[in-house]
Parts: sequence; C-alpha cells; structure tokens
Amino acid sequence: MPIEFEAPKPVQQTQFVLKTVAEEMMRSHSRYFDEHEHEIPWDYIEFMHTAMKALGPGSLAPKQKGNGHGDNGSEQKEKRPSIAYQVLASQIEMLAWGDVGMYLVTPGGGLGAAAVQAAGTPEQKAKFLARFNEDKPTLAAMCMTEAGAGSDTASIRTRAVLDENTKEWVLNGEKIFVTSGDKAFTEYEKLGKGFIVVWASIDPLAGRAGMRAFVVEAGTPGVRVAKLERKMGIRVSDTAAISLVDARVPYDNILGSPTVEKTTSGFKGAMATFDATRPLVAASGLGVARAALEFLKEKLAENGVAIRYGLPRQKLTSVERDVIDMEIMLKSAWLMVIKAVWMADNQTSNALEASMSKVKAGDVCTRITQKVVEILGPLGYSREFLAEKWFRDAKITDIYEGTGQINRLVVARQILGYSGKELR
Amino acid sequence: MYSFEPTEEQQMLMEAVGKYAVNDLRAVARDAEEGGVLPAKLVTKGWEIGLLQASIPEIYGGFGERNAVTGVLAVEEMAFGDLAGTLAVLTPSLFATPILLAGSEEQKQTYLPNVIGGEWRPYTAALIEYVFDFDPNALKTAAYESGELFILNGEKAFVPFARDAEAILVYANLAGKTQGFIVPRDAHGLTVSEEREKLMSLNALPMYRVKLDSVKIPASNRLGGASGHDFEPILASMRVASAAAAVGVANAAFEYSMNYAREREAFGVKIAQKQAIAFMLAEMRTEIEASRLLTWEAAWKLDQGKDDACIEAYLAATGAADMAMMVTDRAVQILGGHGYIREHPVEMWMRNGRGFAMFTGLMIV
Repeated sequence: MPIEFEAPKPVQQTQFVLKTVAEEMMRSHSRYFDEHEHEIPWDYIEFMHTAMKALGPGSLAPKQKGNGHGDNGSEQKEKRPSIAYQVLASQIEMLAWGDVGMYLVTPGGGLGAAAVQAAGTPEQKAKFLARFNEDKPTLAAMCMTEAGAGSDTASIRTRAVLDENTKEWVLNGEKIFVTSGDKAFTEYEKLGKGFIVVWASIDPLAGRAGMRAFVVEAGTPGVRVAKLERKMGIRVSDTAAISLVDARVPYDNILGSPTVEKTTSGFKGAMATFDATRPLVAASGLGVARAALEFLKEKLAENGVAIRYGLPRQKLTSVERDVIDMEIMLKSAWLMVIKAVWMADNQTSNALEASMSKVKAGDVCTRITQKVVEILGPLGYSREFLAEKWFRDAKITDIYEGTGQINRLVVARQILGYSGKELR
Repeated sequence: MYSFEPTEEQQMLMEAVGKYAVNDLRAVARDAEEGGVLPAKLVTKGWEIGLLQASIPEIYGGFGERNAVTGVLAVEEMAFGDLAGTLAVLTPSLFATPILLAGSEEQKQTYLPNVIGGEWRPYTAALIEYVFDFDPNALKTAAYESGELFILNGEKAFVPFARDAEAILVYANLAGKTQGFIVPRDAHGLTVSEEREKLMSLNALPMYRVKLDSVKIPASNRLGGASGHDFEPILASMRVASAAAAVGVANAAFEYSMNYAREREAFGVKIAQKQAIAFMLAEMRTEIEASRLLTWEAAWKLDQGKDDACIEAYLAATGAADMAMMVTDRAVQILGGHGYIREHPVEMWMRNGRGFAMFTGLMIV
C-alpha cells in the first residue's frame, strides 16, 4: 500500500464516539478528582465497562490470537493487516485528551494483563484474562519498581522461593509505583476480582535470568496495599506501594519457566511488552498536549490573536512562533506514534520506532504544557482552568514506561547496534 | 488507512537516486564546493534519472504524473548525497513544475516539452530577494499591468543558473499578490550580475542577482494566463521540497557522525559508548524521523488536495529547518575539532543546515 495518512474508518468512528465520552464523562469531572485525590470515579469506570462490553471483548485492547477471550482471534481473516493497535492508540489519545488520569483508571487488564499476554501459557491466559469481560469492571496491575530499583529493573530485591512441601511460591518484598495497584488488589464491592503481576527473583545470583513474574490474585494473604502515593498530577489514578510478606502463590501462577536457564530470553520477552506499550503511553501524553494546545488556541482566538501561518519566522510574534513550533512538535510526534503502532499491527519489529515515539512524546507533551501555562500567564497558572493540571499530568509521560533517558538508551543501542554491555 | 511504505516503483526510484547521490554527488561534493564548479556530466547523469520528466504527463512530453510524495522521497535521497548538486539537477523543475501546477494550457504546451525534451538546460526561477524581512508573500519586485503588457521592476537574488538561462520564471508583487511571470533571458531591461552570489554554502551552485528594469512582457506570459494563479500551492510545493532536502542533509550528517563515533576512541572506549554522545545520536535520529514523517504527510496532503495542505507544508518546512540546524550542528560537535576541519563533510552540511530557513524558492517537487 502506498504512503497514506488517512485515518482508517474504525479510527475515525471511535474518535467520534470517544470525544463525547471524553467531554461528558471525563473533562467535566477532571477538576473534582484532581482535588479529591484517592476518590474513585465510579461513574466513569462503570460507564466504560458497560460500553466496552457492548462493543465486544477487547474493544479497548488489541485483539491477540488465542487470548482466551473466546473470540477465536486465530481464525480472523489474514488478508487485511490488523489495525488494532492503530485504533487503540487513537482511543487512548482521545481519552487522555479528556483526562489522562481517568484514562489510566479505565477498567481492563492494563499492564498486568499485558504481561500475562506476553509470557503466559494458553492455560494461564484462559485462566487470568477471561475476567475482564465479566459483569463487574475489573483491573490488573504490574508491580516492577522498588524503592532501590527503578529503571534498573534487573536489580529488584523481591524474592520468590518455592515451598517444596506445598508447591507454592512464597513472595517477599516491597513494590512501589504500582499504577492502579489498589483497584487491582483491594476487593471493592463494585469491582471484579483483579490481580497484580509481581516481578521477583527466583535466583538472585542469576541476575536477569532469574527474574520471573507472578500472578498474585486480589486479596492474597500476606499482601497489602501499604500506601497510596500523593502525586503532582494524574491524581485520580491510584499509585500504590504494595508489600508482600510470606505471600503464598500457587505454583502455576509463575509466568515463564520455573527453572533458571542461562539465557535471559524470558526476561527479554517480557520486556518486549514495552515495545508494544510505549507508543500507547506516548499517545496518552499527546492527548494531554493536544488538550493544552487547543485550549491555548481558543484563548488566543477569543482575545483576537490570530496565528499567521505562512509568514517567515522573523516576522512572527513570539506567541505565533511558539504556537507554530508546538503544532510542528505535536503533529510529528503523533505521526511517530502512528508509525510505531502501524508497524506493530503489521508485525514488523518496532523497538526503535516505539522508543523514538516515547522519547519524542515525552519531550513534546512536557514542553507544550509548560509553554501553554507560560503563555496564558495568570490564567494558565490558576486552578480556574485546566492548563495547570495538564502541565502536572503531562510530566509523568516522560517518566513512566521508561524515562526519556532510558528510551534514549534504547534508541541509541538500536541505531548503533550495541548491546546493553557495550552501551551502559 | 495509514501506511508508511513507499510503493515498489517509489522504492526503485529511491534506490536509483540514492546510488547516484552517494556514488556521484557525494564523491565530488567537496571538490565542487571548494572549486565552485559542478561537473556538467554529473548534472546530466542526475537529469537522466528523470525525476522531472516522470512528473509530467505524456501529452507534454513526459512520462508520468506529478506526485509530491514521490518528489519528497526522491529529494531526500538526493540531498543525502549533496545539496548543491541536488539543486543543480532540479533547477529546471523550478521553471517547469509551477507551469505544470498553475500554467495555462498554452503555457504548458509551449514550455513543458522544451524543458524536458532533451538534455538538462538551465530553465530557472527567481523568488528570493536580497532584502531585510524577505517574505515570499510580500515581494518587493513589482509588476503592473499596462495594456497588453506587464511591466516588472525590482531585483531578485539567489537565482540558479540565471546567466545561461533560457527563460526565468520571475515572481513579482502584483497588487499585493505574488504572481509568476515567464521572462525570456533576452528580455529588454533584464540584467544578470556578472558575479556569482557568494553565500555561506552552495558554492558549487552558480547563482546570480537578476535586475528587472521596466521589463515588458506580454500579458500571456503571466503564469496561468490572463486570470493568473494561486501562489499558495506553488509555495507549498517549494516548502515540502525544502523540508525533504533538509531531512536528507540532516540524515547525511547523522550517519557520518554516528559512524565516526563508532570508530573514534577516547578513554579506552568508542565515543559512541558514552551516553553524552549516544544520547545526541538518539535525539538526532528521533528528530530526523519526526521531520520526515511530517514532510511525507504534507506532501500526501498536497497530492490529495486537502484543505490544510499548505499550512502543513509550512509547518513541515519550518520544523525541518530547525531540525537540520540542530542535527548538523551536533554532527560537527560529535567530530569535535575534526568536525571543524574541511577534510570532513560535516562542516559543509552544517553550513547547508542553516540555509533551510531561507532556501524556499530554490527547489520544488
């Protein structure tokens, strides 16, 4: 197919529908939940769950072959390349345009399910993933980061030891920064039973090769939500610290091989999940950036400031230059996201493009939201409007799912053909 | 549907252009820059790839359809070799493409077969002016109508091959609007400077000042005929070409400095193994990709006749000019002192890089 930039019909349709959701269910409640941290937006959660059920399984997640959703993905016609990731990225962008924190609370498997999807056996997928299509909205979460291990994931200390008598894994450790960890683990009446995926070492001497992920069901004894973080932004999304003290997990809940091989392929395989999710995080940041830039342009128009496109740079006012620069950044960053997910849909390796899109989007959404507050002056800084909130919300984009710096490392290794050892 | 895959034909073209760019243009670029001469054979060889010819329909002597996406793909590949050489090869497009886009039927029949019908010949165009505050939509060179004639007054700058040109498409301000006028080289009142323009780069490309002192041309030489034309799509086509060339030059600088960083050792490791260098390279690659995609989209929108195509072309060109400056500057930085020495090409690319902020008018797709 020749080079083309027309959004596919399903993308256009979903954007049309979700814009209303973003406006009515999200944007209008943004300020309330920002100021009432740790309250749960039940209306949104229940609405989205109902809507997604009505639209069919996995409507807000890329359809995977044999994903246990009973939709026989493998029998899909192979003629046309999938556009699932393209649709998903567009949906996420639109929801984040509504409110990125609330988007993070959208019921579904999130990163927890993604890990099961990436590293689980067919039985595990069937067992753990079916719940997201049942009556109650259900969430899952991923527990990777620890106080002493952020980007350097291989140095996590959480341990998993096999109890030979009961054939259970016994987990001990402290996890932090678990997005939706509370909603995934705590048993709320309005939510279905979720799970968290906990990364732990089964052999600390083996380094990466010893790292495994474990599915820990909500309510498992010995596990507790120790703390809910108070954050700069995305306050409606809970960020939990989770402690595990002699938590017992069934033998079959380990994702990947229970024995340590010499290779780190299992770990790498799971990390490859991030190739798929990075452009999606980038998309969420760009939704925030678009919200901020559109708001600025509205305010400028209201105040009689027209952007004179086409003028040579030296003739533009400072504000015009800023707006034009922001549009360039935003448009090109979005195209990078679309290219990365298009490659994923076409099953082309996109590690480079995925990380580049994240590098770019992290930069773009922080810079745009910062600039918008600056240009709006007191209006931007005031909590009367949402510009200041978008500024706070946007910053996380350049941090989670790999900081801008980690993604620069990934990009550099890719283009230079270096291993992690050659470029530390 | 989104797609980022050039057609097979486009890929073949890109490969042919890429080979020419590296094996021919790049090979002589430094000598051409220092000596101020591009070998004629080289230009002929580039001409024979047939980029312009393939953009003109058969009825006017060509063998294809104009397609801006194909154009930007080819320009990026060629500029990867050398910018001055690219501009020389593509100079006849400056004359022919606006006629194809906006010319009257008569103009198309009169000029297009002549321009593309044989060897490369210097048909050219004059947009840029040597003034403070230059703006292609507010030209100082003026045209006014006098009976059956237009009378042109003013001075144009950076006009490639003007001395030997067969005809020049001169852009002038007609009652506040930029309009093109086809001016024969021997028109009375038209003088071309003896001396070539002396610029920070592009020494290999002969460019001249062109003075118009009450140059009288028949009304039928107004681009588009009696009713004239819309300048915006022409300007937009110039802008996407400039954006594509910026991406090509930036990519050349990026690759060269990356390869250098892989070889150069300091403190016992290759400098590319240092994050300070590796991060620069990662950002260069990222920004090149960003500009490339925006340029593709702008070109695609031009081909599709989308409403916002001209604005997008402006955004693409503006972004690419910044990007090319950033990337070429860093390429020099990565080579350090060696980057500053004229034995390496990066300093030349950095001088090229600054130019994209003002090269609109020197190329078109």
